[in-house]
This record gives sequence, C-alpha cells and structure tokens, in this order.
Amino acid sequence: MTAELVRGQNHPLPGTRLEIRISAAHPVLAGATLGDAEGKVPGADWVAHPASPKLPGLEVSVQAAAEHRLAVDLEAVPETAHRVSILLALPSGADGPARFGELAAPFLAVVGADGAEAVTYTVAGLDAESAVVALELYRRQDAWKARAVGQGYAGGLAAMLHDQGLPEAVEMAAGIEEAVACGMARAVASAPPETTAISYRHPGRRTQTPPAPAPEAASAAAAPVSDAGPAPVPAVSPGTPGEEPSGDGEPVPVAGDASGWTMNERLYNQVWGMFEDLARATAAYRSAVDFAESRLEQELDRVLADPATRVGPAADAAREEARAKHAELVQQARAVLDRDLGRLVAETEVVEHALPPAYARWDNPVWQAYQVPLETPMALRLGDLHLPERKDLRIPMLVRLPLERGLWIDSGRNSGGLDTAVPDSAELRRLAVECAVAHAVRLLAVHPVGDYRVHVIDPAGSAATALAPLLEAGALREPPAAGAQGVGEVLAGLTRRVDLVQMAVRSGAVDSLPADVDTAEQLLIVNDFPHGFDDRSVTQLRYLADEGPSVGVHLMMVADRDDARAYGPVLDPLWRSLLRITPVADDHLADPWVGHAWTYEPSAVPAGSDVMRQVLGRVGQARRAYGI
Amino acid sequence: MTVNLSKGQGISLQKADGGTLTAVRMGLGWKAAPRRGLFGSRTREIDLDASAVLFADKQPVDVAFFQQLVSKDGSVRHTGDNVVGGAGQGGDDESIIVDLQRVPVHVNQIVFTVNSFTGQTFAEVQNAFCRLVDETTGQELARYTLDGGGPYTAQIMAKVHRTATGWQMTAIGTPANGRTFQDLLSEIQTVL
Repeated sequence: MTAELVRGQNHPLPGTRLEIRISAAHPVLAGATLGDAEGKVPGADWVAHPASPKLPGLEVSVQAAAEHRLAVDLEAVPETAHRVSILLALPSGADGPARFGELAAPFLAVVGADGAEAVTYTVAGLDAESAVVALELYRRQDAWKARAVGQGYAGGLAAMLHDQGLPEAVEMAAGIEEAVACGMARAVASAPPETTAISYRHPGRRTQTPPAPAPEAASAAAAPVSDAGPAPVPAVSPGTPGEEPSGDGEPVPVAGDASGWTMNERLYNQVWGMFEDLARATAAYRSAVDFAESRLEQELDRVLADPATRVGPAADAAREEARAKHAELVQQARAVLDRDLGRLVAETEVVEHALPPAYARWDNPVWQAYQVPLETPMALRLGDLHLPERKDLRIPMLVRLPLERGLWIDSGRNSGGLDTAVPDSAELRRLAVECAVAHAVRLLAVHPVGDYRVHVIDPAGSAATALAPLLEAGALREPPAAGAQGVGEVLAGLTRRVDLVQMAVRSGAVDSLPADVDTAEQLLIVNDFPHGFDDRSVTQLRYLADEGPSVGVHLMMVADRDDARAYGPVLDPLWRSLLRITPVADDHLADPWVGHAWTYEPSAVPAGSDVMRQVLGRVGQARRAYGI
Repeated sequence: MTVNLSKGQGISLQKADGGTLTAVRMGLGWKAAPRRGLFGSRTREIDLDASAVLFADKQPVDVAFFQQLVSKDGSVRHTGDNVVGGAGQGGDDESIIVDLQRVPVHVNQIVFTVNSFTGQTFAEVQNAFCRLVDETTGQELARYTLDGGGPYTAQIMAKVHRTATGWQMTAIGTPANGRTFQDLLSEIQTVL
C-alpha cells in the first residue's frame, strides 16, 4: 500500500531498484546529491544535476521538465554515501514562475521494482522558495528509508547547495543554470495528458509481475456449483463453415479459452489475454511504422546532403527507392497487424456472446433474461476500450470486484483529446450523472440481494431526474442526501462503519459488530463535488477513499476536477486514488504492458431500450421479497 | 546434436527436415557463489543478467531484460531474473524465449547479451555458460562456455538474424564491460 508522507515523516523502501517520479505544474529541474555520514556533500562529484547527470546508481534528466522519472539503484550508490537527496528547482531566466508558491505543489512518488507506488509526497506549503530539497533516501541499519523533507530555499539553488555543505555551491549553481538554459528550448512544456494505468490482477497468465493470488479465485474454487454466471457456454463456432474458407489450420476461437476455475474466471482471463494481445500486436505495428519513417527521413536527408547528387535523375530515383522501401515495410507491418486483429475480432465476437451479465454490454440478450444472482461475480464491465488502428475492435474493460479503487466519473471537459462534437458542460454533467446511474444499476444487479447498498449525496438535488428510477425501484434505501447537513450525516455514518468493521476485522471479532452496522458492500455516489462540502467533510471523504475499499465501502464521484480547484493540492491524492472514467469517449487509459493510450467508452444502454428499467424492476422485486 | 560454438561461427536455424524453427530459447546458467561467514549469510552473490535487444537495421527498437521481462511487441520473453545463480550443473538459471514467428517485420537482428550486475568478472564466475535451445523440441542447438572469460563484466553472446531463407544464428562472444545492456549498446553496434 502506498504511504502518503507528510513533511518530516519517513517510511521504509521496498527494495533498492527504484524509480522516482516527479510531477510539477511547470517544468522544473531535478537533481540529486549524495551526503556522507554527517549529511554533508563533500564535493561537486557527489551531485547529479543537468550539467552532469550521472552518479553511480542514479541519473537525472538533463533538462527541465514537468515530469521526471529518475531511476535509482541504491546498491550501486557508494558505501560512503549515507543519504541521497532529491532536489527540485525552478529554472531562472525563463519566463516561467520564479517561486514555487505560484504553482500547484510538486508531487513525488517512489515506485518499487513491481511498479507499485511505495511512497508518495506532495511538497505542499512552499511560497517564495525557488529550490527545494524534496525527498531524502537514507541508510538506516543496512536498509534504505525515504523521508519527506520539503525544505525550501528562497535563495535558490546556490543557497540550497551551500546549506548542504558544498564548498563551490555558487559556481555549481551557475553552471547548472547555464546547462538548463541551453536545454530550455527543448524543455517539455507541460505534463502530458494524464493517463491512468488500468490495474490488472489475475491468477496467473503470462504477465511480468506475478499478481497475488486473488481471494476470489479461492472462494470460487470452494463453491464451484452455484456459479451465478450464465448458462454453460456452448462451444460456439463462429459463422457457418462456408464463411471462412481460408481456415488453413487457423484455430477457431472458442469462448472461455483460458485457464480458470469457473467459466467466469476463464472468460475474464480470456478478455484480459485479448487486451494484452491487442496491446502488443499494435506495439509491434507502431514500432515498425516509426522505424520506417525514421529510415525514410534519414535516406532523404542523405540524398540532400550530397550536393553532387542532390538534383537530377539519380536523386529522384534514390528518393523514389526510399519511399518505396518505406511503403513496403509499412504494408508488411499492416498485413501482420490486420491478420492479428482479424483473429482478435473473430475472438471478441465469440466471446461477447458468451459473457455473463456482469461482463456483458447492455444490448446483450443476457440482460433481457436477467435474474438476480446468488453470487457476486469476480469482475464488472465498466465499458469498452479500443485503439485508433481498428476502432471496431472493442475489448471489454473488466475490473475486479470488489472494486479496488473508487470510480471518478469526470464531468469536466479537461481532456478534449477527441474532437468529436464534445457536448457543452451542462450536457456533459447530465451525461456523467446518467453514466453513474448506469454503473450503479449494474453494480446493484450483479450482486446478490442485500449484498450491495447504494448511498447518494446530491447536495443541490441536480441529479434528481437521473436518480428517480433507482428510488422508484426501491434500490435506494433513503433518498439522496441534500444540503450540508445531509452530506455530513451520510459521511459520518459510513466513516463509523469503516472504523467499526476495520476494528472488528483487526481483532477478529466480526461477529460482535453492533446490529445496526450493515456489513453489505456500500457504494457512495457523490454528485456535484465539492458543492455542499466543508473542510471536515472533505477530510472524511478522503478517509473513505483511502480506507473504505478494504472493508467494502466504495466511492463513485461525479465531479469536474476544476470545481474543486480551490482546495489545491490537498485533493490530488484523492483524484489519484480513483479510477477516472468519462461519460463520453476519451483516450486517457493506459494498459499495463505497453502504455498505449486507449479510448474508453462507457457501456451505453441502446437508444429506446428499456433494459435498465426492467433490470431495476427485478432487483426491486427481489429486495421486497427479501424484505429489504 | 550440440554444436560447441567458437567465436564468429554461424549456424542456420533451418531444421534438418527443411522446416524453420518457430521458437528458440537462450539459456544462461552459472554456479552460485559459495556460502561464507559463520552462518553462510556473507555471500557475495553473483547476479548475471541475460538480455535480448531487438534491432531494426542498426537501431535498437525493443528489449527484453530484467526490468521489462516481455518486449513490448510480445515476441521476446524473459522468464525471470535470477540474482544468485544455481547449482552450476548445466541447468538454465535465466532464459529468454524468442517466438520467431511473432518478431515484428522491421526487426532483423536480435542480440543476446550477458551482464554481471554485481560486478564480478567472468574470471570469478564458475561454470557459466549460455546455450541456444529449440524451444519446441528442447533440443540444444549451440552451447558456449563463459568462464575463464577474463577480466570482463559483460559479453555480447550471439545474434539471431534474418536472412533470405530464414533465421540464422551467429556466435559473437565479444567481451565488454557494463552493468546492463544499455552500457553495451555502442559495443553492440560494431557486431551488427
């Protein structure tokens, strides 16, 4: 679990091969110093900075950037060094800000070899400072720990280096500034569009990080019979035999063609396998096209470089040949990609038909025949993912249940990466609420009766229309909380539940919970955040986001991050802890293998379809039958 | 039948029956450092790392090594980092599997390297070898002994490259120095 440090706090590190990720609202320069046992930097060769970026075991960027990734290998750090300080400074001279107080607080994360954030620190509270010692990694009894330092210097780099005991601090600061000024022209202007890696937990397909065995897998094994999923899936053979005459030994795709204890687990693994295959096939294609283009450029340059052959038929022929080589390679790569994607398309068709309700699109007939399940499924479909190379190849985006992180349905228009007629902000808000309701209905529907409870905070009542079906069907036990008082009551109730259940779990006394504590999974939908919230309720919300998921309290925020800007960086960890999804197509999700930007689209109810209302009706009926 | 390769020797990866290989594996094995100290905890462990770098012409485009076990295109897979070595009896301690049919079209050479991450030179490492195996049958195609390799911390082992008729392997065996494959890139350029 990630330790979110405050100034002065320390935390052990998970290993010695680490990556330090730095993000700031404006290009900053990053450096590192090594300190001896007394904490002093003995000389210039103990400082890694843009003019001299390498030290044993670590390397910094040579230019200022809004995002840095420093690879650190603490084992390679000299034994005489007891401390590695990570420094940030604003480049002077540029027309950028001169003090950290003008920017949102910089954020640092120390990432272990497994890719998980071990320690994060938001360097808050800076004002006139233009340089800061952000983080310190230090030896403590043969192990390394991280400490959030956050010591700023109004005197800039020179003051900071001087304070670390470096004799030639002023000269070195000048040298660094110069190196950065040279690199400034190339500086990365701002943070790239924020993508969130989709986390992937899975009982053992070929992946890099061996995921912890999922508890769901174990329980599925223990109770194999009453799998709430769909009827056994027929081994569908796609289409008629005549449709695919070129079946030269090519394997026919079959639904459930993966390992797993139950059909649902096999389908889940198959979908993730298809996701990985598509990511990798596309990576191969893009790499080939990039290479073809760079080669073409080089060859054209070469023709131009030689004045003797720059013009004339020989040059034309050379150019022609270079272009032909480029076209040929791209064509070859495309042919391979098309072959692979064709297979995946055939596989998705077969798989889509076999999916249980929790994994299926709303237009899947399985929803028409919906029955309230007896068991919680292992995953839930949040929508579809696709890549620009083939837009009709849609991979179901499945996330594990219970949700590992809350959902944030973004009602803002901040990304705008896709220009396809982005609706105006009022429309976007309405879509976001509808999207939240659709996700909530799906969550309610895939859980057994009484195992899932939905709370809504709608301070201004702006989502009343969209929420009406939930109320009518009796899926909400009480009407949406309105006003500051309503917000406070709901949050206090859920906070109490989290505390009590946590205590009970820790002391192994789950049976002795008070009778009024609802042990069902809880979903809290917060509309219009931060409207109706004060500092106290914001703190409670953050607490729920951090501590809730492990004891079955989940958050679904419908919010525009810009609306909460007044809170500043305090809320950054909250946003980061949530999985951001959008009510309209948006390419902000990254896969865990290659990091492509995938376009996410929520599962929409087909126009004119009544399926959601029917499903809600059956959920309500069952709840009444059980007296809930 | 195993071929004990000598430097610069090449073998075609055509099968005897005319078919081509579909998957090859590079295996790397070495003997773990002997236990020292009263409780055997003061071992200076030897961590050798196998890497495979994919080249399009002379440009590195992808890699499989301990920090990225699967190349982005998925054609080359490292089965996992071993940081101490094994019994030194000829078993593979690290393996890299190349699915030759899935190698992207622009990649025409795959270079295998071995680096000593903990800094021991090959003169200090016992029973180190690297071998190439037909992954589908388990048959060893070529073997290469590393120990007694002198005061070097890295070696560019071999390359598998495309020819008009299929894939071919060439033993390289150029010694070099470096902690990871990144330190060898300029050295590798000379053998492409």
